[in-house]
Amino acid sequence: MDNDRSASTAPVGNRREFIRGCLAAGGAALAAATTSRPAAARETYQRPPEALGLLYDATLCIGCKACVAACKRANDNPPEFSTVDKLWDTPLDTSGYTFNIIKMYRHGTMQTKDAEENGYAFMKTSCMHCADPSCVSACPVTAMTKDPTTGIVAYDADACVGCRYCVVACPFGIPKYQYDSPTGKIGKCELCRHRYQNGHYSACAEVCPTGATLYGRTSDLLAEAKRRLALKPGSLTIYPRGNLNGGPDQSYEGYVGNYKQHVYGETEYGGTQVLKLSAVDFEKVGMPYLSPKSSASTSETIQHTLYGGLLMPFAVLGAMTYVAKRNVSRAGEAPPEAPGGEGR
Amino acid sequence: MSTLHPAPPAPVGGSLFGATTLICGVLMTVMAAIIVVRMFFGLASVTNLNDGYSWGLWVVGDVFIGSALACGGFSVALLVYIFNQGQYHPLVRPALLGSLFGYTLAGAAITVDLGRWWNFWHIFWPAYFNVNSVMFEVAACITLYIIVMWIEFSPVFLEKLGMREARQKLNKVLFVFIALGIVLPMMHQASLGTMLVVMGGQVNPLWQTPLQPLIYLLSAIILGYGVVLFESCVAASAYRRQIELHLLNPMARVMLGTMAFYLLVRFADVIWRDAFALAFQPNYVALSFWVENACFIAPFLLIGSVEARRNPARLFLAGIAVMLSGILLRLNGFLIAFDTGPGWSYFPSVAELLVTLGIFAAEVFGYIYITRRFPVLPREPVPARAAQA
Repeated sequence: MDNDRSASTAPVGNRREFIRGCLAAGGAALAAATTSRPAAARETYQRPPEALGLLYDATLCIGCKACVAACKRANDNPPEFSTVDKLWDTPLDTSGYTFNIIKMYRHGTMQTKDAEENGYAFMKTSCMHCADPSCVSACPVTAMTKDPTTGIVAYDADACVGCRYCVVACPFGIPKYQYDSPTGKIGKCELCRHRYQNGHYSACAEVCPTGATLYGRTSDLLAEAKRRLALKPGSLTIYPRGNLNGGPDQSYEGYVGNYKQHVYGETEYGGTQVLKLSAVDFEKVGMPYLSPKSSASTSETIQHTLYGGLLMPFAVLGAMTYVAKRNVSRAGEAPPEAPGGEGR
Repeated sequence: MSTLHPAPPAPVGGSLFGATTLICGVLMTVMAAIIVVRMFFGLASVTNLNDGYSWGLWVVGDVFIGSALACGGFSVALLVYIFNQGQYHPLVRPALLGSLFGYTLAGAAITVDLGRWWNFWHIFWPAYFNVNSVMFEVAACITLYIIVMWIEFSPVFLEKLGMREARQKLNKVLFVFIALGIVLPMMHQASLGTMLVVMGGQVNPLWQTPLQPLIYLLSAIILGYGVVLFESCVAASAYRRQIELHLLNPMARVMLGTMAFYLLVRFADVIWRDAFALAFQPNYVALSFWVENACFIAPFLLIGSVEARRNPARLFLAGIAVMLSGILLRLNGFLIAFDTGPGWSYFPSVAELLVTLGIFAAEVFGYIYITRRFPVLPREPVPARAAQA
């Protein structure tokens, strides 16, 4: 009975206080919001002018997987087995120990290469080195970085806390973690940046026998990709191999594929430094549709709007401190010597 | 008089040994054993985590959901100290205690999940800061909040130890920590929603929106009240105390108001972004969307009227529905509606479940220990205590 009565009387007595509290808190928060600098939307980053990358042309790929083996060697990675006899390195996907893999598209009778119907096709899976990488935006401790000149997305295990936000954030599912180790690291392609000082370049492009994987400046690779798209399918053309921007001429004459008119990576999430050509629809070979606006730019626009310069947090904190101080001291007036102390 | 000056907090007293604490002890021991295995043999030795679902029960459950369920302290403090509703003061300490355990254990849980935990200090070392990272904001903020909460709660220990002088000194600056204790959870609970944004198209559009920070913040506040409803009912029944209906009734109304606003934002957003059609597709993701929102709507049916809110059973059920709604909002975004492509699947292993259970047991044990020995719950009126004895 007593409880019921208090339930109906207590709020009435405090209604004015409540409204005043609401107004004070709301007004302070509003003031905080308006005084904070109007954060400009963070634009999607574009590739640096000297960005390095790869051009993978699925119509040239013969699925020999020399690039998979070379990548393992170049990165000192152990073999991974998926067969019973465990004789050869047979990874089924990229992993913390496999940074590059050739996957296969199959349909129906699998008779014709690069045909969507009753055909098959290959697709390389490795880091795309995005112009605006989600992993770099996600990493709390700057273990994922994008080189301002080469644009290579690199990983520093000594900085990494192992939160695996990069694994979750990447739209291509590229950074992978070594779950079987108590000191597991993230593994991903870094475009063989550790081999450059010895005059080498990406091992996958070095060993590719058909030039399906070509290394070079992304701007040049993009021009080469557009040249191929402009050619008539079935006609003859010259295909470079290895390094587009140097080294001995390894080019050869070959037939032009029946390309989809789309350079994957030209505009996806602001563009990637690894570009791809395919005769089969890109979504069918595991390359997701991505808008020209990166998710990192959306995420960082939100973060910078809310927390830019810590202006908003401090303004709200100031408002809350003011209101809390007033309300705490007012509550403290009532019972000066209440046992247990109601002065909070 | 009694309505103006509610009973001050006092220890509940009684024995710490009982069936509940014994079970908690066993579960905590099992958890410790699993953690040892994880530390020596890696995450794969005990979890079902994989590169498609690199965040499993420990991150999404123990940290994201665990911390949101620990928002009682924040939500009640908001009501008492910012909206100046002094009558809810008796709820502050118990709610804060729940938050303290929820957050402290969420912090402990993330350490177990971190792949390179010995580098955790990098979060606080400026050379490593990435201020663009949502994770950086969340990690830094949660750690600070845990420290702030222990300071906020310390009067309980100071009172118990009879340190009046220290208590009075702390009292003079306590408002600073109270304000921090409101701003910090506002920041990181909102950011937990922003966390989804960078994942882009992998998250179903029903949960992928730039409004996610607002949705998560509102949900966290609502969860705070829901948990207080739940906790108050459980504590009253377990300790055979009176339920604080005169407080829970109006507080539940505040909760319903916030929930109405939440539902408005949630559905307006989904419709505005042309994502609503996805909720009507014949798949489990759409089903999960409706279960989640049904849990948000259920409390309106359960405790919509003042009369219904006088029924402890209804308050208790509404509390559970609210908790489920918040749990599902987070599970859906980060796991159920998170699609990293064909071939990936995840369901927590027994060991993962046991660790989460162990954390829950640690919270229950801590709650029992502190409320029985320290002044947290309001002192019971004399007749009720006599009846209990």
